[in-house]
Amino acid sequence: MNMDGDTGFREIEHTADWELEVWAKDLPSLLEQAGRGMYLLAGFKLQAGPRVSRSFKLAVNDNESLLVDFLSELLWIAEHEGLAFDAYDLSIDINWLNAKLDGAPITCFSKEIKAVTYHNLNIINSGDGLQVRIVFDV
Amino acid sequence: MVTLQDLRKISDYEWEIPKSFRSDMRVPVRVFATRRLLEDVSRDRSLEQAVNSATLPGLVGKVLVMPDMHQGYGFPIGGVAATEYPTGVISPGGIGYDINCGVRLLSTNIEFESVHDQIGDLAAALDYHCPSGVGTKGSLPLSQKELDQVSINGSQWALKNGYASEMDIRRTEENGQLQGADPSKVSQRAKQRGRPQLGTLGAGNHFIEIDIVDQIFYPEAAHAMGIKQGNLVVQIHCGSRGFGHQVCSDYVREFQQAVQRYGIKLADRELVCAPLDSPEGKNYLAAMRCAANYAFANRQILAHHARTAFEQVLAGKVADWHLYQVYDIAHNMGKIETHQIEGQKMKVCVHRKGATRAFGPGSQGIPEEYQKIGQPVLVPGSMGTASWVLVGTEESMQRTFGSCCHGAGRLMSRSQAKKSVRGDKLRVDLEKEGIIIRAGSMPGLAEEAPQAYKDVDSVVETVSGAQIARKAARLRPIAVIKG
Repeated sequence: MNMDGDTGFREIEHTADWELEVWAKDLPSLLEQAGRGMYLLAGFKLQAGPRVSRSFKLAVNDNESLLVDFLSELLWIAEHEGLAFDAYDLSIDINWLNAKLDGAPITCFSKEIKAVTYHNLNIINSGDGLQVRIVFDV
Repeated sequence: MVTLQDLRKISDYEWEIPKSFRSDMRVPVRVFATRRLLEDVSRDRSLEQAVNSATLPGLVGKVLVMPDMHQGYGFPIGGVAATEYPTGVISPGGIGYDINCGVRLLSTNIEFESVHDQIGDLAAALDYHCPSGVGTKGSLPLSQKELDQVSINGSQWALKNGYASEMDIRRTEENGQLQGADPSKVSQRAKQRGRPQLGTLGAGNHFIEIDIVDQIFYPEAAHAMGIKQGNLVVQIHCGSRGFGHQVCSDYVREFQQAVQRYGIKLADRELVCAPLDSPEGKNYLAAMRCAANYAFANRQILAHHARTAFEQVLAGKVADWHLYQVYDIAHNMGKIETHQIEGQKMKVCVHRKGATRAFGPGSQGIPEEYQKIGQPVLVPGSMGTASWVLVGTEESMQRTFGSCCHGAGRLMSRSQAKKSVRGDKLRVDLEKEGIIIRAGSMPGLAEEAPQAYKDVDSVVETVSGAQIARKAARLRPIAVIKG
């Protein structure tokens, strides 16, 4: 669990899969917290050595789809390149998310996440910020 | 929220949530469970998810839920739903991310007593030859062209390349090859994920297990399957790896727009779907079949590796060390089948998510040697408990679209299991009971602890009591290999 004032995440009990509750002040922060929470659930450990950077752009159709796409992209980079990130520079213009990420090679991880699901996925704006629950198929 | 008061009791093993429960339900939900099993699932969202599934367009009959049900995403695990072909819908979330996750059972002529000193060596050899664990790559990296061939031909690819026998193919659901697979409907990312992973077990609840045949309940069926009391058998549980996960992810994403195009209202976005006769529906079906074929080939390659392990340890020590295919069956699949519904023969798309096909005696599509007894239904238990071999019945054909349960079903969340059980202690406890454990991750082992699952015997008593399957044999684990 990571709780830092108005941003954070925590695991929610789910019979078969994993559910993560994430909250943040705005959408880029929500994406970042969701990424950090997912990495923690999967048990990713980063190499202490040289840092690596990656950038990508994702089309914004709706906020929930953007969240699924962003986390799926992180899982793809982890599987394909063996990289995970602990520094996030995310910005959203009207149609695109621009992601600039810094991190390192993954030394080990304990869990395989099959997919990020849309199950009951609904980003709620409470007035103080955004909140969402994400179910991962594991 | 569905409460137990909302269910109408049909018998000691069957309950119904009527269509009138919620205005958007198109069909009722039929739940196969004892009262005790129902009480267990009332703590999670399984029944609510079943009600949500009952809102999909084109459903026929009833949405069915098997006694190993538990909360999933979109559909509940243990859910079966049939939609009219071709005007009804197909829902990737109703099949699952691990397309054609399934179980293979292999029999032997090896008496446990004759090899009990070698079980540790067998477990070590299986662990060595069958790659498992998170991020594992297989020993058969495929070119793009070879992957396409696996996608189209499934187990037939394995046969052509020397990894299968004719008997293996005959005793695999759909002969290990779904027709209509089209690799051009699969994304490049899915293909990139699939190329290095053929012949790997993966992690989570996937396993290879050596069991002893503990008890025979239906001698004629056991004889037909080559299962003998006191002999070893091997189970392999895995699916389509990253290839299938990506196919499902891609189409769940794409269908988010399709439901808007077709004016489909959903109770949950994970239930996205498209008409079977739409371009989107046809494309998904063709891609899903590729993933299903990949999974058939995957279990076939793992069976080949298991045979290598048995040969390495037992050649020269027993007269016959071969592993004979009993059956290979999917439990996450969408299939076009013909069923009798309210007196009418209908072509339907049967979604089985955490449910197996269970065709009865005389059904088309099961091997000749099983025509008289019905199709073998493989129900693995949890790590330290029994597994079951059942057979399909006439009743399953009439009442469940020829479907049955697929396992014990989870009871406890993964985090709760880890809080209750320590992986290293569990391994010691199971080894005291005579069960050898080879596991890549101790926290992962704790998540799969027997306490985290329902009592598989109660699940089997339910399907047997409801007559949608008949007991053939009970298996007892002696070695488990987990990723």
